[in-house]
Amino acid sequence: MRQPSWVPAGTDLDKPNAARVYDYYLGGSHNFEADREMARKAMELWPDLPQIMRANRAFLRRAVQHLAEQGYTRFLDIGSGIPTFGPVHEAARAIQPDARVVYVDLDPVAVAHSRLILKDDGLSSVVEGDLRDVPDLLSRPEVAELLAPGEPVVLLLVAVLHFVKDEDEPEKLVRQLRDALPPGSAMVLSHASLEGRPDQAGAHQDLYKRTPTPLTMRPVEQITGLFDGFELLEPGVVFLPEWRPDRPEAVGAHPERMTGVAGVGRLP
Amino acid sequence: MSGGLSEAGAGSGPAFHDAWTRLLRGGHGSAVHPGTLSLLVGRTAELLHRARQDESFDPALAERAGALLVDSHFTDPVVLAQAVELLQEFPVRDDRGPALCGAFAAGWAAALRERTLREQEAIRLAADTARQEIERALRSSEARFRALFESAAIGIGLGDTEGNILAVNRALQEIFGASPQDMQGRRVNDLVHPEDTPGVWEAYEELISGKRDYFQFDKPYYRHDGEVVWTHLTVSLIRDDEGVPQYQVAMLEDITDRYRLQERLRHQATHDPLTGLPNRAAFFERLEGLFEEPEPGARFGLCYVDLDGFKVVNDSLGHDMGDQLLAAVAARLDSALTPLGHMVARLGGDEFVVLLENCRGEQEAVAAAKTVLAALAKPVLIGDHKLAVGASVGVLERRIATTTPGAAVRAADLTLYRAKEAGRGRWTLFDPKENARAVSRYAVSVRMPSALDRGEFFIDYQPMVDLADGSLVAVEALVRWRHPQLGVLGPEEFVGVAEETGLIMPLGRWVLEQACGQAADWVDRFGSRAPKLSVNLAVRQARNAGLVGDIDRILRGTRLDPAMLQLEITESTVVGPEDEALKALHAVVDMGVSLAVDDFGTGWSNLAYLRDLPVSGLKIAGSFVGDLHDPAKDTHLGWRIVSGLVSLAHTLGLTVTAEGVESRADAERLRLMGCDWAQGWHFGRPVRPGEIARRIAEASLPEAGLAHEA
Repeated sequence: MRQPSWVPAGTDLDKPNAARVYDYYLGGSHNFEADREMARKAMELWPDLPQIMRANRAFLRRAVQHLAEQGYTRFLDIGSGIPTFGPVHEAARAIQPDARVVYVDLDPVAVAHSRLILKDDGLSSVVEGDLRDVPDLLSRPEVAELLAPGEPVVLLLVAVLHFVKDEDEPEKLVRQLRDALPPGSAMVLSHASLEGRPDQAGAHQDLYKRTPTPLTMRPVEQITGLFDGFELLEPGVVFLPEWRPDRPEAVGAHPERMTGVAGVGRLP
Repeated sequence: MSGGLSEAGAGSGPAFHDAWTRLLRGGHGSAVHPGTLSLLVGRTAELLHRARQDESFDPALAERAGALLVDSHFTDPVVLAQAVELLQEFPVRDDRGPALCGAFAAGWAAALRERTLREQEAIRLAADTARQEIERALRSSEARFRALFESAAIGIGLGDTEGNILAVNRALQEIFGASPQDMQGRRVNDLVHPEDTPGVWEAYEELISGKRDYFQFDKPYYRHDGEVVWTHLTVSLIRDDEGVPQYQVAMLEDITDRYRLQERLRHQATHDPLTGLPNRAAFFERLEGLFEEPEPGARFGLCYVDLDGFKVVNDSLGHDMGDQLLAAVAARLDSALTPLGHMVARLGGDEFVVLLENCRGEQEAVAAAKTVLAALAKPVLIGDHKLAVGASVGVLERRIATTTPGAAVRAADLTLYRAKEAGRGRWTLFDPKENARAVSRYAVSVRMPSALDRGEFFIDYQPMVDLADGSLVAVEALVRWRHPQLGVLGPEEFVGVAEETGLIMPLGRWVLEQACGQAADWVDRFGSRAPKLSVNLAVRQARNAGLVGDIDRILRGTRLDPAMLQLEITESTVVGPEDEALKALHAVVDMGVSLAVDDFGTGWSNLAYLRDLPVSGLKIAGSFVGDLHDPAKDTHLGWRIVSGLVSLAHTLGLTVTAEGVESRADAERLRLMGCDWAQGWHFGRPVRPGEIARRIAEASLPEAGLAHEA
């Protein structure tokens, strides 16, 4: 049985929150002073951050688009945050008008916001849940229904696993999710990596310690290992702009500056 | 992708269009779907083219283009700066340039303001919704817990760490028979009860100071109406996230009925229903308790009471009257002796017993006996009858270490019979000689001859240790008689009779044979760690011509090394240089067996004979060490006597064993004095051979050896 905690994370608006900080980087106004203050501090140290977030958002959009073109119509977006610009259901429905999306987030404010946006969307639903408790997540009716045998599903773990600490065993969580996916399902994953800007990693992780979701950047090798059991789609696990760019020149001269890596895998 | 219908449809200049496309592709545009982006580029480029080139300048077109950018999430001010720059670069139809840029910027800014306000409202609403959601969840959760708290069948109380009671549930109010108002402002510390289990409040202090998280006790409380309620109490500590104690939660279950029942059963099991006095079982339990861990030198007293002429009352006036008389007697004894701290018990029939714990001496026991007689001096009035009851009392007062519970009660009983014989209505003090005589008279001499055949004898072994290192060096064999009526008798109670009757000869042989067999068995099992065997030799045995032959036969039969055997003789065994016993003893020693003088210092003692006796050891009688604790005797002098005996023995080249050592302090003092070996309760009581084997085995573990020494 789930018990509400006395001071739930995310409703304390005096504390920065990863979902709202992300929105600020993307130029949104779904944020509060504490979020902006932290984002400004982070950008002062690392001016590329908004661009990195945009690169991540662009990857999400390209991956969803690619998979929708392959015929996928079911999407499970875990760690969806505040999906104001280019949310999965919009990107997917550009190709598959009947695409169904279940959004999952830990942050009650992000969840409430998503519900406001999606209240008239019969094909999407929002679940407040914790990636660190996969069995609980899988037991939610919306999730269970989406994962029901039959049609393959796209599991999106975009910029979320770096908010899972080592002691919460990210590999195990991905394995549990993988085992629940119908055959032929796909996983879209992006993750902050240590390789791109090793000089920035330390200070940046320190900033996120103030949020309810501290940041753990990981080496590319470990991130690639998360695709265990999946067949990686071309071009494999690469820096964010390098994954199937819209135009070759969109990659830019320094994709490693985007510091995150991404990949898409498919279950046999 | 960069070309497209929109450009052609718009008819704007290709140069502006290309620059505009490049601008929007950068920054935020990189995240936008290329198709969506080209639609936006087309729409805005067309609007701007018209704003720039239409005959009449319509600022709304430029405003619209600015707003469209914001709607597509181009909210970065850099985009605005770059767009204005671009608009300035390309020529316009007239002097509308500044106005055009102004209108575009205004449109962008107005849309951004709208968007910002909308998003702020949305996120604020989301935050409020989330909070309300959580508050609702908390409220319903609190309601559930409140219902659980209120309707729980178990009493629950919540308090702070200062001991203030903050909340109690209904069940707890019922247990305390109190209303919520009654509980208001009460403190945990107010809930003391005189029968609280020792330790409960210490545990409570430890809990509220955070040293423990939990404790459990059975605890009585006063109800609001003054009645006592017994509860099974569990108290747990609640800490905050930092581990600082915050609250205490007490859970109480009413166990009054169960407790009362247990108490009643316990009372029934230990009390005589007729008189309400402790019964025989309770008396023996208390008496045996005294023998468990006695202080060195601790004494106790017994008054064995029997009513004179009770049978006459019973026979002539009936059982009912007899019972009433017993109850009245019990009440008198109880009120006369219990306040003195003595225990009065009914053993059965018209027999009562008074137990004096921590008795200070014979005088106190005798005083108790006089109190018994005085309490029963006045006639008892029952109905119309005035019954004169007298009683006889057998008084026994001993050091605990010198006897056993069974022997003491038997001795007190026999002493009582002497009082009866001496003419009733009086007390008689225990006398060991009289006691031995009484034992033999009543039960021993008649039965003893056949007891050996019936296998009623057995041997216990008492450890003798080396004082230097605490190791077990020898054991003394002590014969016991499991008498069918009298229980287990010690040697002091029957050896005298055995000597008188001559039974000591076969009994002595049997003891030697058994003990040597046992000692040989230990040698087989433990080799050099097996203890030497010490066996008492009665005077009559020493004088018997067959002694040497018997010992030789037994040693051969049991294959015990003669060096492992020591015989203990008393000072009176050899009375002169011509004594024939002397010859036999020399022969035994020639065999390799050693001799020791037992109970040295108590008998008639001509030290000169010590030179002639082939002894190798002395055993200092237990009474010397025992007297060191007798408050009536000079302790200092006592130690000097012991010290003198030790140096005397050493002068003669003899090993000294101290008997009756009951405390660690005495053992240490004897060791410092140079005493070689010791035995006594401190080192171990006489025990079954299996227990000796266990000690040998245990001592071979090095740490066990140390533990024993410590």
